Amino acid sequence: MPSPRLAALLIAAALPCAGLAQQDTQKEVERYRQLLAEGNPADLFEAKGEELWKARRGPKNASLEQCDLGLGAGVVKGAFAHLPRYFADTDRVQDMESRIVTCMVTLQGFTPEQAMKNPFSAPGRPSDMEALASYVAGESKGMKLDTPLAHPKEVEAFRVGEQLFYRRAGPHDFACVSCHGDNGKRIRLQDLPKLTDPNDAQKIFTTWPAYRVSQGSVRTMQHRLYDCYWQMRHPQLDYASEASIALEVFMAKYANGGEIRAPGLKR
Amino acid sequence: MKRFSPLVLLALAACATGPADEEARQRAEQVFRGSFTHGNRAIAARVEKQDEAQALCTRYRNEPPKDVAEKIESTEAAGIRYPVPGKFLGDWRQGEKIAQDGYGLRFTDPDTKRPNGGGCYNCHRIAPAEISYGTVGPSLYRFGALRGAGEPVQRYVYGKIYDAQAYLACSQMPRFGKNGVLTEEQITHLVALLLDPQSPVNK
Repeated sequence: MPSPRLAALLIAAALPCAGLAQQDTQKEVERYRQLLAEGNPADLFEAKGEELWKARRGPKNASLEQCDLGLGAGVVKGAFAHLPRYFADTDRVQDMESRIVTCMVTLQGFTPEQAMKNPFSAPGRPSDMEALASYVAGESKGMKLDTPLAHPKEVEAFRVGEQLFYRRAGPHDFACVSCHGDNGKRIRLQDLPKLTDPNDAQKIFTTWPAYRVSQGSVRTMQHRLYDCYWQMRHPQLDYASEASIALEVFMAKYANGGEIRAPGLKR
Repeated sequence: MKRFSPLVLLALAACATGPADEEARQRAEQVFRGSFTHGNRAIAARVEKQDEAQALCTRYRNEPPKDVAEKIESTEAAGIRYPVPGKFLGDWRQGEKIAQDGYGLRFTDPDTKRPNGGGCYNCHRIAPAEISYGTVGPSLYRFGALRGAGEPVQRYVYGKIYDAQAYLACSQMPRFGKNGVLTEEQITHLVALLLDPQSPVNK
């Protein structure tokens, strides 16, 4: 079997070919997806993440094993299924990544700047966060997403996320809803989920973090949002920002009930 | 031209949304400003401030009531700058390049000497050779062949690309001319791509 990356290259080479009929392209894309489904390179990220989670690191020479991801200190299994959520100790709503940052600060003694220094990998510069997020998300595989919307700050985050979802700005007048407000639409050949439709949201939201073949790495939900705002001609979205978490709370409401299939596998 | 005073905007807001929504909106604006602090300040300033159409379309979630829609459309129509008659049709070959190109105005696009692209294929089917096209907007294949290519159609296509909201308030299509994404000359090349009988769109 060709490696996923080779398959991706073959497809990338075939796509712009003018002579190919549309039907053949669709078939090729399907074949490519089947090939990818046979093995997900994100497995390696999960394994590395688990190793990092249990390793003594940072100024306090401590592991992350006592991290409280919402189900109590030391519980990783199933925690991702209930994130984002409100945390009393930080008095804010946090998603998986911002909570991992909190634990790196409180348990391991890193500064917030150190913990958030390299959340998105680049060639030759792997990211610990991409591995840690893969591990934590993978520990909820097969469970149903069930994020809370009860604490006043969770409700507020939802309402802020909702406002931001429809907020148009910039030279292209783009908002999240510009691409994610209708069923069955595409940008080029990329399908777009309607994020306020539970059928779409449940299938998509629960597959992040995901290994992205085009980028050769796992990418997290924070990266997905950063990348959307980049394409929307907005400035760089701050990592673990309040806006990013509010948007996650908003999306999670529609995705609740969806089976967690993270880390997923994408173009 | 300024059509909407802050008071009118406030009155419109009161019709559409209750006090709770207004509170959420104000909170969201605060959160928005606090979430893009490490990036390019000029780009941040550009997105923090919404123009009137952006603010109204946000508020009404792209479904403005009739009177608001009419006001947006007339204001936007009044802002369109047309080329002199007889100069609507540029070069379809250049139009095809602009339609393919998505470059420009992202925070990783610092080369301001390179012209922006239109990224038209992201959302539209246009020439038949390009099979990697999006479906957010309607197919434009055979546009000129189906609708004719006379001056009224040229004027319509130019205006639609320059400012889509002059024709449909809160259209999802970017206002390429109004917002300075594309130059007037670039737009005439796109008009040619859609209308020139020699363009592959109409062959």
